[in-house]
Amino acid sequence: MSKRTVQFKIYRYDPDKDAQPYMQDISVELEASDKKLLDAIVRLKTKDDSLSFRRSCREGVCGSDAMNINGKNGLACLTDIDKLAQPITLRPLPGLPVIRDLIVDMTQFFKQYHSIKPYLVNNDPAPERERLQTPEDREELNGLYECILCACCSTSCPSFWWNPDKFVGPAGLLAAYRFLADTRDQATNERLDNLEDPYRLFRCHTIMNCVDVCPKSLNPTRAIGKIKDMMVRRAV
Amino acid sequence: MVNRHVVGAHYGLRDWIAQRATALFMAIYTVVFGICALTLPELSYEAWSGLFSNGLMKFATFLFFLSLFFHAWIGIRDIWMDYVKPTGLRLVLHLITIFLLVGYAGWAAQILWRL
Repeated sequence: MSKRTVQFKIYRYDPDKDAQPYMQDISVELEASDKKLLDAIVRLKTKDDSLSFRRSCREGVCGSDAMNINGKNGLACLTDIDKLAQPITLRPLPGLPVIRDLIVDMTQFFKQYHSIKPYLVNNDPAPERERLQTPEDREELNGLYECILCACCSTSCPSFWWNPDKFVGPAGLLAAYRFLADTRDQATNERLDNLEDPYRLFRCHTIMNCVDVCPKSLNPTRAIGKIKDMMVRRAV
Repeated sequence: MVNRHVVGAHYGLRDWIAQRATALFMAIYTVVFGICALTLPELSYEAWSGLFSNGLMKFATFLFFLSLFFHAWIGIRDIWMDYVKPTGLRLVLHLITIFLLVGYAGWAAQILWRL
C-alpha cells in the first residue's frame, strides 16, 4: 500500500501549560507498514513529540494503550487504522482524572481491583509441586483469567463513572468471579460477603457497555450474573 | 473525621431478587388484567367496578400495586444512589420516596376496597 495521510483530532492537556484541555487537529503521513492505530500515533509523535500516551507491548497483551477511539474505548495496538472514520478522534479513557494528553490516573481503577483480593486464598499447606485441578474445573476459568486490566470496560461503565470509589466496576468484578470460580480458592464466603453491597456489586444495571468494548472479547456482565447466582444459591 | 470510604453494607441481594420477582408478577398481572378487561361484556362503569369487586381481583390488584411500589422503591433508590452524592440529601430523598410510596399504597387500598 502506498503512503497515505490520516487526519486526527486529539485531546490535548498539559497541566503545566494549559488552563483548559483542547482538541488538536493534526494529520500524519503513514508508511505502508503502519497498520494499527498505535503505529500512526507513534508516527505522530515523531511530528509532535509533546504528545503523551502509554504503550508497551504493541500487541494487545499489556493493556497500556487503552484510549477512547472515535467515541469507543479500545486498544490502539489492536485497532486497524484503515477501518476508522476520519478525522480519528482520540480522547483519554472517560471518567478517570487526566494526567496529561491521553494518559489517565488509574489509581481508582486499581484500588477497586485490589479490593476484591485478586489472588488465590488457600490456607492448606502448599503442595510440593502445584495445586491440581480437573480439566473441567480449569475450564471454568476460561473467559476470566485473560483480562489484561486495560480499563476499557470500567471506564465505559456509567455506574463506574458515577461511583468509582464504591462500585467495583466490570474489570474488578470479572476478576472477583475468576477467584470465586476457582476450585482451589477457599475464601468463597468472604468474597461473596465482600461483594454483597448495593454499591460494590449491585450498581451494575446490566447495560453491557463493558462487553461491547472489551478488546479481549471477555464478558464481565456474564461474570457479574454468575456472582449474583452464587449469592442467590447461598441465600435462598 | 476520617476520610475513608466505607463499603460493605451487606444487603442488596434481597432487593435485586425482589425487583425481578415484582417485575414478573406485574407482567403476569398485566396479561391477566388485559384478558379480563377485554372480555368484559360491555365497557361501562358497572362492568368495570364489577370486575374489581371480585375478591380475587382485589387481592391480585392490590398485590400488583404493592409490587409496583416496591419495584419503584428499588428503581428510584438506584437513581438517588447513582446520581446524588451528598449523603444527607440522599437520605432525605430516600425518606421522601418511602413516604410517598407508602402513602400511595394506602391510597390504592382505599380505592380498591371502596368498590
